[in-house]
Amino acid sequence: MKKTVLFGTLAAAAVVAGAAGAGTLEDVIARGELNCGSNAGLAGFSAPDANGVYQGFDVAMCRAVAAAVLGDPMKVKVVPLSSETRFTALSAGEVDMLSRTSTWTYSRDTDLKLDFVGVNYYDGQGFMVKKSLGVSSAKELDGATVCIQTGTTTELNLADYFKANGMTYEPVPLKDNAEAEQQYSSGACDVYTTDASGLAATRATFADASEHVLLPEIISKEPLALVVRHGDDQWADIVRWTFNALLTAEELGVTSTNVDEMAAAPGLNPEINRLLGTEGELGAMMGLSKDWAVKAIKAGGNYGELFEANIGASTPIGLSRGLNALWTQGGLQYSPPFR
Amino acid sequence: MSTAIEAPTTSFRLGMLIYDTRYRSLTIQVVFLVILVAFFVWLVDNTVHNLSLQGKDFDFGFLFVRAGYDINQTLVEYTNDSTHGRALVVGLLNTLFLAFLSCILATIIGLIAGVLRLSKNWIVSRLISVYIEIVRNVPVVLWIVLVNAIMSQSMPEPKDFRGETPAASMILFDSVAVTNRGVYVPAPLFDRGLGSLELGMFSVSLDLLAIIAVIIASVWGYRRVQASATRVQHATGVRPVTWWKSVLIITLPIVALKFALGFHLAYPELKGFNFNGGLQARNSLIAMWIALSVYSATYIAENVRAGVMAISRGQTEAALALGLRSSMALRLVVLPQALRVIVPPLISQYLSITKNTSLAIAVGYMDLRSTLGGITMNQTGREMESMLLLMGIYLTISLIISSLMNVYNRSIALKER
Repeated sequence: MKKTVLFGTLAAAAVVAGAAGAGTLEDVIARGELNCGSNAGLAGFSAPDANGVYQGFDVAMCRAVAAAVLGDPMKVKVVPLSSETRFTALSAGEVDMLSRTSTWTYSRDTDLKLDFVGVNYYDGQGFMVKKSLGVSSAKELDGATVCIQTGTTTELNLADYFKANGMTYEPVPLKDNAEAEQQYSSGACDVYTTDASGLAATRATFADASEHVLLPEIISKEPLALVVRHGDDQWADIVRWTFNALLTAEELGVTSTNVDEMAAAPGLNPEINRLLGTEGELGAMMGLSKDWAVKAIKAGGNYGELFEANIGASTPIGLSRGLNALWTQGGLQYSPPFR
Repeated sequence: MSTAIEAPTTSFRLGMLIYDTRYRSLTIQVVFLVILVAFFVWLVDNTVHNLSLQGKDFDFGFLFVRAGYDINQTLVEYTNDSTHGRALVVGLLNTLFLAFLSCILATIIGLIAGVLRLSKNWIVSRLISVYIEIVRNVPVVLWIVLVNAIMSQSMPEPKDFRGETPAASMILFDSVAVTNRGVYVPAPLFDRGLGSLELGMFSVSLDLLAIIAVIIASVWGYRRVQASATRVQHATGVRPVTWWKSVLIITLPIVALKFALGFHLAYPELKGFNFNGGLQARNSLIAMWIALSVYSATYIAENVRAGVMAISRGQTEAALALGLRSSMALRLVVLPQALRVIVPPLISQYLSITKNTSLAIAVGYMDLRSTLGGITMNQTGREMESMLLLMGIYLTISLIISSLMNVYNRSIALKER
């Protein structure tokens, strides 16, 4: 009996893994829907709106890919994944891509057999504390109780940081952001640590947001990237270049409002023409239609528009572009040329 | 005249495998076995094939790599420099610790609730019925989350204990602090401790071993005194007074040991962000322990009730007629027989408590599932290896518990001579 259970699980794992084999693009087109793994609820990045439809910066990446591939940004099934299950779900073929604030690291890229195809947000791990605690630097946190999402790189960074500074702490491992938010706001931990963007998003949901501060220390590099499985290069190209199209669009001044006009006829700038498919056959090289980038940009706008609409300074999240500004404006966001 | 029916002389034909009742069942069994084996071979082959397609190998080497993460509750020495294998051991011990505590508390609550449900007092028996029906018809994970939420939301923060007129204060003569981060209790310390015994990977406290040894010796001595008193009673008809001997034997050695080791308590004190100096029972442990115990106790209560009701009333009446007091009748006549009915289902309750500890991730208790099956699996990406290891370990624990309980069951079972 017990043996049966064991093999049953093996069987289930094997069957799911088997489904993941073939070309992802064909699978998505046949299904007519893109399965995209994202956060269950992280305001600004991926959270259901009042109608229960997932919205946010990460979800917008999925919508752009869906628009490029299927022509409809709403043909996305957002699969909410915990930090623990996300890579397994991707490897097993449960989702076609991950857009879930996942840090690009060496071992994930190599040992986990994943491909990180585009950094959609350059982040770093920060700390959030209540103002009333009177702490102004992470160096003063010796002996503190720290809420942390289990199974993330932040868990390892935290251990390294406290060790390097000769401090001790008491970890409270929690399974997702919602749980951590609840424990932190009830005071069960002094500090909540995760990516600084996540902290800002979490703080925005508090009724007393001004009572919480983000400490100045950023203790790690967290390039949050779009992820696909190893082994399907065509699909990796599609996700990578859809993201690059959004970046290039911002760089060239193509927005969701003027893209139709610009795509109507070839303009003066050949790179815009190549991007929007009025010149050359760039789409066909990836197995997509001519106007794939037009659809991707129309889905929500270029990179800058998506940033401002979901997490920018005018939203409750209130993140500034910082490292995520275009390279032309002193940031790190840089797309290879469309040529 | 011979009436014997001659055995059919026709030679064996292939069709007989189906039409001849002598062979049919054998045929079916063989066919079924072949299908079953083929199915398993296909499963394993498919798994291996798909793993290699994904470019993944099957390797337990990750267990010897530095883990890099911290665990809050560690029963043995562990730092983030330890290996994943050691994190596994820490998680395993946390699982066993929780299972042990829960089994004990569940048995106590279950026993009391089961007996009370049989009470002739209408209110008491109804109240217990309501408890049992409500608690066991709600999934246990909800109780776990509920207890955790109560602990973290409604208990005072450590900083509330600070200041001239603190909002909260410690209880039991300032020795125990109940906070929203757990319960801090005094920790036993030894001025002249014996150090610890290094057993390869682990170090075992010699103080603890000494205490256990003294307690065992005391109990043994107590039983010797009782046995000799019984012998005297059998020989002379008068039971000698033994209570002062018993008190001495039970208390004197442990008190002497306490002084020899320089035993004292370290009280929790508020320092910096948290209480320090005592032992901390974290919210996650308390939530798991209370919820699992209260939940499983409802099943045990029903087992106990069934066991007691299985003993015919005649047994009690006969015992009372012989002049036993009702408490003695329960202890000497009813319970020993009832145990035979209670113990087998109790085994499965202990097993399900142990397996239910794997719900610990819901409140962030660092059990085996959260260390090996959570952080380690996530950081190393070895899902298949971790899960198989996890299943193997739970299976082993369950089999050990069930064989131990079966030994106990045999010792109390009806002895047939």
